[in-house]
Amino acid sequence: MHMIIKPKKGLQLVDFKELREYKDLFYFLVTRDIKVRYSQTVLGGLWAIIQPFFSMIVFTLFFGVLAKVPSDGIPYPIFNFSAMIAWTYFAGAITGAGNSLVGNAHLVSKIYFPRLIIPLTPVVAGLLDFSIAFVVLVGMMLYFHIYPTITVLFLPVLIILMMLAASGIGMFLAALNAKYRDIKYTIPFLVQLGMFASPIVYPASMVPEKYHLIYALNPMVGVIEGFRSILLGTVAFPTEMFLVSALISLSLFIIGLLYFKQMERYFADII
Amino acid sequence: MSKAMIKINNLSKRYRIGAKEQSYRTIRETIMDGLRAPVRNLAKLRKLTEFKASDDEEDVIWALKDVSFEVNEGEVLGIIGRNGAGKSTFLKILSRITEPTSGSIEVHGRVSSLLEVGTGFNFELTGRENVFLQSAILGMQKWEIKEKFDDIVRFADIERFIDTPVKRYSSGMYVRLAFSVAAHLEPEILVVDEVLAVGDISFQKKCLGKMSEVARRGRTVLFVSHNMDAVQKLCTRAIILDEGRVVMDGPTDEVVSRYLGEEMNYAGQRIWSDINKAPGSGMVRLCAVRVLDQNGKACTSFDVRDPVSIETEFQVMEEGHRLVVQLHFVSEMGNVLFISNNNLDSPWRDTACPQGHYRAVCHIPGDFLNEGKVSVTCRIDTVGLYHYMHVMERDLVRFKVSDRMDPAGVRGNYSLQWPSGGIRPRLPWTVEKAC
Repeated sequence: MHMIIKPKKGLQLVDFKELREYKDLFYFLVTRDIKVRYSQTVLGGLWAIIQPFFSMIVFTLFFGVLAKVPSDGIPYPIFNFSAMIAWTYFAGAITGAGNSLVGNAHLVSKIYFPRLIIPLTPVVAGLLDFSIAFVVLVGMMLYFHIYPTITVLFLPVLIILMMLAASGIGMFLAALNAKYRDIKYTIPFLVQLGMFASPIVYPASMVPEKYHLIYALNPMVGVIEGFRSILLGTVAFPTEMFLVSALISLSLFIIGLLYFKQMERYFADII
Repeated sequence: MSKAMIKINNLSKRYRIGAKEQSYRTIRETIMDGLRAPVRNLAKLRKLTEFKASDDEEDVIWALKDVSFEVNEGEVLGIIGRNGAGKSTFLKILSRITEPTSGSIEVHGRVSSLLEVGTGFNFELTGRENVFLQSAILGMQKWEIKEKFDDIVRFADIERFIDTPVKRYSSGMYVRLAFSVAAHLEPEILVVDEVLAVGDISFQKKCLGKMSEVARRGRTVLFVSHNMDAVQKLCTRAIILDEGRVVMDGPTDEVVSRYLGEEMNYAGQRIWSDINKAPGSGMVRLCAVRVLDQNGKACTSFDVRDPVSIETEFQVMEEGHRLVVQLHFVSEMGNVLFISNNNLDSPWRDTACPQGHYRAVCHIPGDFLNEGKVSVTCRIDTVGLYHYMHVMERDLVRFKVSDRMDPAGVRGNYSLQWPSGGIRPRLPWTVEKAC
């Protein structure tokens, strides 16, 4: 192996060959995240369900029963839960990724490995919780006798989109957080606002049609509405909103990645 | 002629040490400053990653400056130097943790660094899981780890506890396991920084053995340490770094003896004539530190029976501080022998100091220090409701204490080499025939 260490100049791109060399580390870090998350808890993996499930109950009570928010013709609990699991994943992933570099400062300042692995770990590790919660959603679908159509084959695309958006935002916040610790306090706030800017407690159909494309600039709008369409058959597949959200997700991913790569060289010095 | 594994060309690294903090005493000042803080903070944080051409900015330091040397295959190179000489920065650049400001390193071979044993261990995970995680962090592939797993556990001697969470380990077990993982790397270039400071003696021996084994197999080793014994035992060649530059490069024995000798050539006094460049904060700055003998003369060599005085001069530029001057006495091997505060007998103990020039002298009685070389660190703090540190300067002055074997001292009739120990105080004893 031969290598020259010198100051990096200009635009930094991703070194895929190196990432592949460290794929085992990525795997171990993801399993670490998963194992550690619920260690020394009584309920363990059940926490993955409890959080979205109880939020769903509270929202059903206040928005579904009391405020009578429409739910695109399906029972409010499943209407809300289908969005809740996607949002829980998304919120968890950007929170985890955003704080990941600072949280692993001892690694960053002591050992070399591709830094990208750090924010990507929570994005991937979160999929397990998502899957557990998804099983509950399937149970609810059976209970309410709601069955998906053939468009369900589209599900992986939506999940990938959700991961792209989460990792893009996550990488960006992580890099920013290394320098400005304000980000740590901004994230919970962002997550809270984002929840109401996404069709979780209300359907996208409540937003006036002419604003739909602007609304879909929030990448989770396309994802959540897409989820409901293909799993619960609430509305026809929201192609336009989906395309806008997809474009945004992809852009966020690229921007986040490039920003992270540009800042990477300073991490060990400033963290 | 063996081939160069590492070629370092004019390597430099610049750090920003962070602009000086100002402090405020009145509530009004504090509030006004708090309101202005965001703007100032933003400017300060932005500057962290931006450097301008004007290099002599006050808060910029060069941790390394134009360092060039080569390391050949199979060489075990010791890197020595005082704290802040740039040793760790160099290793960080070599292991790609941080990048140089200018210059380059050409490396032929896989570098593994033991910058700190056990980084990346997770306390919630079991020993087994940690072995896998840590090995992967250090750059091993899964199959490699599986192959070596049994050896790693055996070397650490913790077979019974391998499936116990690491948080239940004793610190000795933890360190053993962590080192064992690192020791089983098979790098072409191994970088070791002070890991020998950990663990018990028998384990340290095991580690030294492992390192020389790595070296015997023709691997290149870079060893950074303050422990001259270990450097002399392990290294064939050594370099001294001082203020970011290589000041000597040669056979270990020569380099180590010059380093130890040079350490002692430090004058018994340090004086800052320009108060603006003196170490300290905007409120208190250090003007001079001297080692004095009983006649008040600067001196660096004392007999164990002689009293030693350390005189500190400082300037108080802002009134209203209750100050404590603290001296740390550190041995040649880097151990703190003892620490002394001026607080107890000081008339300023509960009184704020007005502006002005102050002199604090610490009197160490004769028959107190043991033989050896002593370096003095000075620290000045404001104490009280707001505690802050104005000065923390290591290694300001040094002096040597030697034993002329005079039976009038603590030694008495004991004629052998006095056993080691930081101090050799004269203590009252009572000895009587009990029956």
